[in-house]
Amino acid sequence: MRRILFEGLVRRPLTEAPPVADDAALAALAANVDRAARRRLGRSLSIREVDAGSCNGCELEIHALNNAVYDLERFGLRFVASPRHADVLLVTGPVTRNMREALARTYHATPDPKWVVAVGDCALDGGLFSGSYAVVGGVSAVVPVDLHIPGCPPRPMQLLKGLLSLLEAA
Amino acid sequence: MSALTDMIAGEAVPGHGGCPRVVVNEDGWRLAINQLSAGSWTLLGLWGDTGAVHMATLAEDTREIAVVTIPCPDGRFPSVGALHPPAIRLERAIRDLYGVVPVGLPDDRPWLDLGFWDVQHPLGKRRDAPSSRVPYTFLPAEGENLHQIPVGPVHAGIIEPGHFRFTANGETVVRLEERLGYVHKGIEGLIAGATLDEAARLAGRTSGDSTVAYALAYAHAVEAAAGVQVPPRASHLRALMAELERLANHFGDIGAVCNDASFSLMHAHCGVLRERTSRAADACFGHRLMMDAVLPGGIARDLAADGVDHVTALLQDIRRSFPELIELYDNTASLQDRTASTGILRAELARQFGAGGYVGRASGRAFDARKIPGYRPYDQLAFDIPVLQSGDVNARVWVRIREIEQSLGLVEQILNTLPSGAVRTELGLTAGIREGLGMAEAFRGDVLAWVRLDDDRVARCHLRDPSWFQWPLLEAVIEGNIVADFPLCNKSFNCSYSGHDL
Repeated sequence: MRRILFEGLVRRPLTEAPPVADDAALAALAANVDRAARRRLGRSLSIREVDAGSCNGCELEIHALNNAVYDLERFGLRFVASPRHADVLLVTGPVTRNMREALARTYHATPDPKWVVAVGDCALDGGLFSGSYAVVGGVSAVVPVDLHIPGCPPRPMQLLKGLLSLLEAA
Repeated sequence: MSALTDMIAGEAVPGHGGCPRVVVNEDGWRLAINQLSAGSWTLLGLWGDTGAVHMATLAEDTREIAVVTIPCPDGRFPSVGALHPPAIRLERAIRDLYGVVPVGLPDDRPWLDLGFWDVQHPLGKRRDAPSSRVPYTFLPAEGENLHQIPVGPVHAGIIEPGHFRFTANGETVVRLEERLGYVHKGIEGLIAGATLDEAARLAGRTSGDSTVAYALAYAHAVEAAAGVQVPPRASHLRALMAELERLANHFGDIGAVCNDASFSLMHAHCGVLRERTSRAADACFGHRLMMDAVLPGGIARDLAADGVDHVTALLQDIRRSFPELIELYDNTASLQDRTASTGILRAELARQFGAGGYVGRASGRAFDARKIPGYRPYDQLAFDIPVLQSGDVNARVWVRIREIEQSLGLVEQILNTLPSGAVRTELGLTAGIREGLGMAEAFRGDVLAWVRLDDDRVARCHLRDPSWFQWPLLEAVIEGNIVADFPLCNKSFNCSYSGHDL
């Protein structure tokens, strides 16, 4: 173990350079976010991830944000275990009927000010699963959405760009 | 006619691809149930259809697979779960989706229908859902000083939703009961009537972490129904994708198990290996998870021109850095203290439930769909199925470690023997009904797919996740362990919610 730890000290970091914020996402957001809240929160956001019906593909890429290559926490962004601690809900999946109430309750348990980021093509409008008896639709059918990050699933770098644009605008 | 279907008095369905299918009367169905409960057969799947219920079985002695069908025109059939517990949740799901009643089923609570849908029996005779929801009663646990801990459906980590109801005496778990179905998307309903390629996209999103395996199982079923074989280059590249998917998930899981024991160093290093595997997959096939890469008849696109170089570099990287990590895992006493002898799954339960993947293999059950029924190109490649006996969290980690080593060998063989030529063939479907069964080995176990094609559309497709036969065992495994060890046990199983809820 000592050797692995030592190598960690002398080796070049694996973490990649930060991406520039996604311009389109930034524009989409600018209209929705209150600047005053940004000043109050400072340059830090706590994120609560909610799977509202995803196939778990988006979860894999959200997980990847925490690995050494993307290292989300260097931007002051971190995942928290409870909506009570969160500023941002990161919601994936078409919202299933079986998860609609849980998503709404999670939203209401999150203190204001708060933002909702819908992740993945399904989260926009239900995607491939829209029209099913078991699916409500996109995330905005249940809670107000501030930003949508497309992709099936979005690559970690796209997620990072989207979240950074939230920071810039928030 | 195989020995297995000889045993069952019934009418063989001509032209069923992948394995025989026999339509039986009630006596034949009961004979099948007796074979299952006696342990001579293993249940591979149990699903509803219009006016019928099918079960897929594996004969333990001859290793033959068959589908047994009971017509149920009056909406009833003898319950398999009454004598064979692994069928209970499957039958609860059949009743929710089709409205068909398994007579004698010991648990009459719903399973996938949590009371939020507009319709009842969405795949059978639909009717409007009742206006009020029936409260769900959890199974009782009685005794002094017991308390309940409800967890979920929204969990604390970046995980899928599901509800766990723990009953504990102090720190010790007396009973765990799972309640799933939260991410039920109605995939089988959406697939009915879809084109072959649309259905492939849906099948590949049943459980995103196993997208290659799902698309592969579905493609195997369609190809069995159509009676075609894919070009050799396509089957080789499919296997390359499947092994990359296995590698990525096993790296992720090993790291995550260690992280749940608060040993984040392993998590960090395994996370980097997972990332490198995803990037190699992306460079080779244009998608980090390789979604929509496998299609009926072959694969969507050929390996990128520099794909072999990317995979070769990945293999070198893993071979250089992974042995150190294995050593680190094995020589860290504080980590071993958490994983060894924690969450033991008895071999008898693994066998009874037909548990696949590392869950079965860590408890002595060697089943692997790459060997039985087996599919190309694995019949031309050399690999072992690692099997351990101790059945604890540690054994489930070690099976993954050994499987990574096997997958590295497989990828090398695939690259060394990669044929040239086409990567997709025409299915040449003519008008009419065709049926087929296919399987594929995902990282967490065997995925089963069954299709009925009507001309060039999918009339019915059933997809059975390995988790159906693993989730119930997690309840057994945690009993007598402390609450704080649940994350370890759970992560060592890493069952799919989406694949199960469908």
